[in-house]
Amino acid sequence: MTTYAMPDEKGHFGIYGGRFVPETLMQAVLELGQAYDDAKNDESFQADLTYLLKEYVGRETPLYFAENLTKHANGAKIYLKREDLNHTGAHKINNTVGQALLAVRMGKKKIVAETGAGQHGVATATVCALLNLECVIFMGEEDIKRQQLNVFRMELLGAKVVSVTSGSRTLKDACNEALRYWVSNVTDTHYILGSVMGPHPFPMMVRDFQSVIGKETKQQYNEKFGKNPEAIIACIGGGSNSMGMFYPFVEDSEVKLIGVEAAGHGIDTEQHAASLTKGKPGVLHGALMYLLQDDAGQIQEAHSISAGLDYPGVGPEHSYLKDIGRVQYESITDSEALDALKLLCRLEGIIPALESAHAVAYALKHAQTMSQNESIVVCLSGRGDKDVQTIQANMKEALE
Amino acid sequence: MNRIEKAFHSLKEKNGKAFVPYLMAGDGGLDQLLEQLIFLESCGATAIEIGIPFSDPVADGPAIQEAGIRSLQLGTTLKGVLSAIQTIRPIVSTPLILMTYMNPIYAYGIGSFIHDAVKAGIDGCIIPDLPIEEEELIASHLQDANIELIRLVTLTSPIERIEEIAKKGRGFLYAVTVTGITGARTEFNTSVAEYLKNIKSVSPIPVLAGFGISTPEQVVELGSYCDGVVVGSKIVQFFHEKKLNEIEHLIAASKTADVS
Repeated sequence: MTTYAMPDEKGHFGIYGGRFVPETLMQAVLELGQAYDDAKNDESFQADLTYLLKEYVGRETPLYFAENLTKHANGAKIYLKREDLNHTGAHKINNTVGQALLAVRMGKKKIVAETGAGQHGVATATVCALLNLECVIFMGEEDIKRQQLNVFRMELLGAKVVSVTSGSRTLKDACNEALRYWVSNVTDTHYILGSVMGPHPFPMMVRDFQSVIGKETKQQYNEKFGKNPEAIIACIGGGSNSMGMFYPFVEDSEVKLIGVEAAGHGIDTEQHAASLTKGKPGVLHGALMYLLQDDAGQIQEAHSISAGLDYPGVGPEHSYLKDIGRVQYESITDSEALDALKLLCRLEGIIPALESAHAVAYALKHAQTMSQNESIVVCLSGRGDKDVQTIQANMKEALE
Repeated sequence: MNRIEKAFHSLKEKNGKAFVPYLMAGDGGLDQLLEQLIFLESCGATAIEIGIPFSDPVADGPAIQEAGIRSLQLGTTLKGVLSAIQTIRPIVSTPLILMTYMNPIYAYGIGSFIHDAVKAGIDGCIIPDLPIEEEELIASHLQDANIELIRLVTLTSPIERIEEIAKKGRGFLYAVTVTGITGARTEFNTSVAEYLKNIKSVSPIPVLAGFGISTPEQVVELGSYCDGVVVGSKIVQFFHEKKLNEIEHLIAASKTADVS
């Protein structure tokens, strides 16, 4: 592959993407596209963004050689891109800083967002506090139970958290409610969508804001070794950390790109979140993308131990990259992810988020198929503090 | 001439106002559909919107969301609805318009969907998550099949865009009267009258107001600024509560609307 120029001007990645939203939102979506194009080419906007990413978020994040993990895997060298060391503990803030600056630039004073695990909600509430924006976060009732600490963090930061009791009461339904809220408050409110999903320009814009991960990785690895790593592995829910990691490497055909979905209890059960592995194309939340759905086109509930991967769709660009075969998509079960999480704690003293543990788990498998002269970079997208209660409950259950 | 065009043509001759009720297919069981359609026809509905339930209806408020859940729990599918309509079509002469989100159609397969919709005698389609930017996916296929794609315009659409949409428009133009989702409103923004008059002035096809309309007074008032109204959530609620006389009152109000 030499040149890659996606999406087209209407936001299509091949057949995927687009702007499948109610007419009430179209003007806002078109204006956002225009505002983002202007901001992208505006040096002062880029300077503000770079400043906040460095001074506030704490970039750049280290590219850490996990020597003990490498010895354990007994194969390729494993490097961890430490997005868990960002302010608020995950990659999510790369995007919320960018979008909040854009909202200010557009004169919007109010922000709405959805959240699953709560990481995007916390990252949104954080920048809203910083930039003095009013903030409403929609979160599924189930997720609120699973992530109580994050709910309190958002409230502490001044956000209003609204419990969503419709549907499966998880991320998908929080997206529905955030969209309904946006439809009703579109004139003064910007929607900070948390992943590479939704109507154009969101998938492109979120990818661009997150691509700081891949750009830094490329620079850091090249400074040390004068070349690119052989493989890059990242977990996929909606797909933002992986898209940000992969995008700067898409044209480098020597780099193997592997996205890891959540297999939940197993992809041959009904309880998983492997949209690319088991889903088919359809329209949800503003875009055409791979979806878990029944034969009649009703969206099915996803399952993963990790709230951040618990979504029945995957961004349109991933859908496209799967079809053209540029990215390989694999899946990891709840128990494989838990094992990898424990291993990383013991071997490296790093507690990863359950989401990121899926990428670590696949990296351990994949390293063994590669030579010791080769390298894998894993996107360690978030830290696991938010998950310790889930992990504890799960370990107790396993003992009983 | 398509049945929708005919209906508006004869309405114009009588100087009447349109009333288009919406019902959720399969709410209370798909076996109720025939009776519901005959009832709405007997009340004088100009056309009838048949809603297809969807798991994630982002343009809809609680009344239609809940009706959709009830219907899905009874196993309603787009395929099942089309086959039910095909059976009862010879008995009902009112124009029938499907209102469905894009994904059930996409999962059906656009070609198969249109084939079965023609067989069922469907006259129009409203797809609330399909703006004109994406409509090439299906618009020309519908047109070839003589099924009208009813477009929506909203309070947030600039007048140039409304003109563009109106020009593409088929059947009637659906003017959304609230900045928000479906569901009863106690009052409307004062700018709605002007908005509807502006749309009327640029639209070559009839303009119907919809979203939030729930009382006979609103039917009369909003109808007076355009060619009639669409009522959804309230009809769905009255069917669910079996208050058929309330539905009669709402539709009757459109017959008394001031014709200007």
